[in-house]
Amino acid sequence: MLTLKQSRRLTTWLVGLAAWSVALLLFFPIFWMLLTSFKTEIDAFATPPQFFFVPTLDNYLHIQERSGYFKYAWNSVTIAFGATGLGLLFAIPAAYSMAFFETRRTRGTLLWMLSTKMLPAVGVLVPIYLLAKSLGLLDTRLVLVLIYTLINMPIMVWMVYTYFKDIPREILEASRMDGAGTLQEIVRVLLPISKGGIASTVLLSLILCWNEAFWSLNLTSAKAAPLTALIASYSSPEGLFWAKLSAVSTLACAPILIFGWISQKQLVRGLSFGAVK
Amino acid sequence: MPPDTLPRFLVRQGGKDKNNNEFLLPRAAEQECEMNPAKALLAAASLTLGNLALAAQTVTIATVNNSDMIRMQRLSKTFEQQHPDIALNWVVLEENVLRQRLTTDIATQGGQFDVLTIGMYEASLWGSKGWLEPMKNLPADYDLDDVFPSVREGLSANGTLYALPFYAESSLTYYRTDLFEQAGLKMPEQPTWKQVAGFAAKLHKPAEEQYGICLRGKAGWGENMALITTLANAYGARWFDEKWQPEFTGPEWSQALNFYVDTMKQYGPPGASSNGFNENLALFNSGKCAMWVDASVAGSFVTDASQSKVADKVGFAFAPQQVTDKGAAWMYSWALAIPTSSKAQDAAKTFITWATSKDYAALVAKTDGVANVPPGTRASTYSAAYMQAAPFAKLTLEALKKADPANPTLKPVPYVGIQLVTIPEFQAIGTQVGKLFSAALTGQMPVEQVLAAAQQSTAREMKRAGYPK
Repeated sequence: MLTLKQSRRLTTWLVGLAAWSVALLLFFPIFWMLLTSFKTEIDAFATPPQFFFVPTLDNYLHIQERSGYFKYAWNSVTIAFGATGLGLLFAIPAAYSMAFFETRRTRGTLLWMLSTKMLPAVGVLVPIYLLAKSLGLLDTRLVLVLIYTLINMPIMVWMVYTYFKDIPREILEASRMDGAGTLQEIVRVLLPISKGGIASTVLLSLILCWNEAFWSLNLTSAKAAPLTALIASYSSPEGLFWAKLSAVSTLACAPILIFGWISQKQLVRGLSFGAVK
Repeated sequence: MPPDTLPRFLVRQGGKDKNNNEFLLPRAAEQECEMNPAKALLAAASLTLGNLALAAQTVTIATVNNSDMIRMQRLSKTFEQQHPDIALNWVVLEENVLRQRLTTDIATQGGQFDVLTIGMYEASLWGSKGWLEPMKNLPADYDLDDVFPSVREGLSANGTLYALPFYAESSLTYYRTDLFEQAGLKMPEQPTWKQVAGFAAKLHKPAEEQYGICLRGKAGWGENMALITTLANAYGARWFDEKWQPEFTGPEWSQALNFYVDTMKQYGPPGASSNGFNENLALFNSGKCAMWVDASVAGSFVTDASQSKVADKVGFAFAPQQVTDKGAAWMYSWALAIPTSSKAQDAAKTFITWATSKDYAALVAKTDGVANVPPGTRASTYSAAYMQAAPFAKLTLEALKKADPANPTLKPVPYVGIQLVTIPEFQAIGTQVGKLFSAALTGQMPVEQVLAAAQQSTAREMKRAGYPK
């Protein structure tokens, strides 16, 4: 029979084990991708899969030689930050109005915004393509910035709205008493209070923009193609490609993984911001 | 910066240069001209430079990540040196994405690409729709007669050539000479499928991870259906009769599919239903397949010691036949074409005539070795040096010479194409039938039921498209 103390220790141990198992399970594909990127093509296809092998940097050298990695990476950075910045410019005022000046239709508007996420992207491919063509925006970073802003807008508004909702109205009233206008209210009061939430919104938007592949593959070709397009270019119909594909995927994931790692504290704090209230 | 790289909102219409090319005038520069004479002079000078830069036309090439195409990308620096007025932009895409992108771009006249890498299927379909520029008035030294007639015909529609072939392939039987020798077997130059199954039975040792035969099983019109259609052709089957009625319920298809499923279940590798070209290539190269029937392009991969553990133990034979050799080996070509929406058609044509020329073949031979010359398109490629360097070249050449996409089967058919049917509906129909055949291989459905379902779904699609007479 276990004592209460032993039982608690066992529970803690089991919960820890479960957490580690889930974490390892989630991390394994990334680990496998990293491992494969150092294999030869024949080792990458080996059955049973190989954990021990002679590592090679050939795949990375091949990518460096064939593709201008930094051009694609710069496009990804510009597009992701551009779309996130533009999205915030609209999401913050929208969330402010919905959180503090709620009307009968606010809830419905929020749900309607979210429902636009349910439309399959391919359904609007031809109209968007024609629009981009008419406006001379095909193969430009601007078109992806605009599309990504619109795609992520519902999530950004929802997230910022949730954080704003948790801020007591009295704080805003106090700032108004001190003579703050709407802009000052947002910039000097709301944003500093909800910076954790805004940071996690920014991070989520950056990750979503970074990983988006459908529109980047369809609307860009030579000049504005981001890293997702570079990854796709390493798949081959006739020839072994898994090792090179893993290497290019590792290079594409690395910046956002490092960025996420550095800012994980803000991300977790932001995501759990409203949960404990 | 040339004006065509500026964002649209910064520029407006300028005029035409000496080559009659339209150029755009930077708005900011124009405004400066109005304000200050010195700056105006500077702006005029930069505009002149801009016009010079504009004279260098940019050709955007959409291609796939096959080794021959990547080599072309690398060697194209020579082309750019020879043609300083033409700059090349490469867009490498995954095959299915490429097809989708090209279709969207051509259908909407997007003009994103100046050179397209396409197959025989697209060349004739898109050419007949007027989406591709006809390949007329080629330079005399291009020597179009040197290109194999079967390849030229495959890339033509109504007698007009719409694409220039980059490389062409047939299918071959690859086998392990060491295993055959150990077992006292001899592979004939032209085997039958029954013989191949007999060899597979003797060489199948799953306990040692050695499988008798590897064949495509992954569903798709360009995957398992390419192999199974040639196998069915060898058994005398055809996709459609003269009145466009599908023939899956006939005895030929039944024999062919039963043979395929039985052979693969008994002597194939585990999980064969998810194996396509690349998976089988990996299996063969790691020494796990005694035989493999697939594209002739694999010849250079299986004999390449840097990626094959059995590079010096591979033998070659023709693709197996059975009741006929008509359509028993496929023919496919990757080719370069120019969409009508291209804004740099002349420069694009200059590039594709270079990339598919004898000069390019000579350049590859010089820089990468004669064995790496793009195969299957030109008679002149098959020199004594090439035949010696590429042991599979002779068989590929003969298979390509024999191939006749216009008469692909034992019985007459209303369509063109050996391992495919050149109609717009084939992608969808082929993939649907491919899924059913893959289900037969996994044992989800019995063969006769699969064939009945294939007959039903194909007949329905063809009726909807208005084909049956």
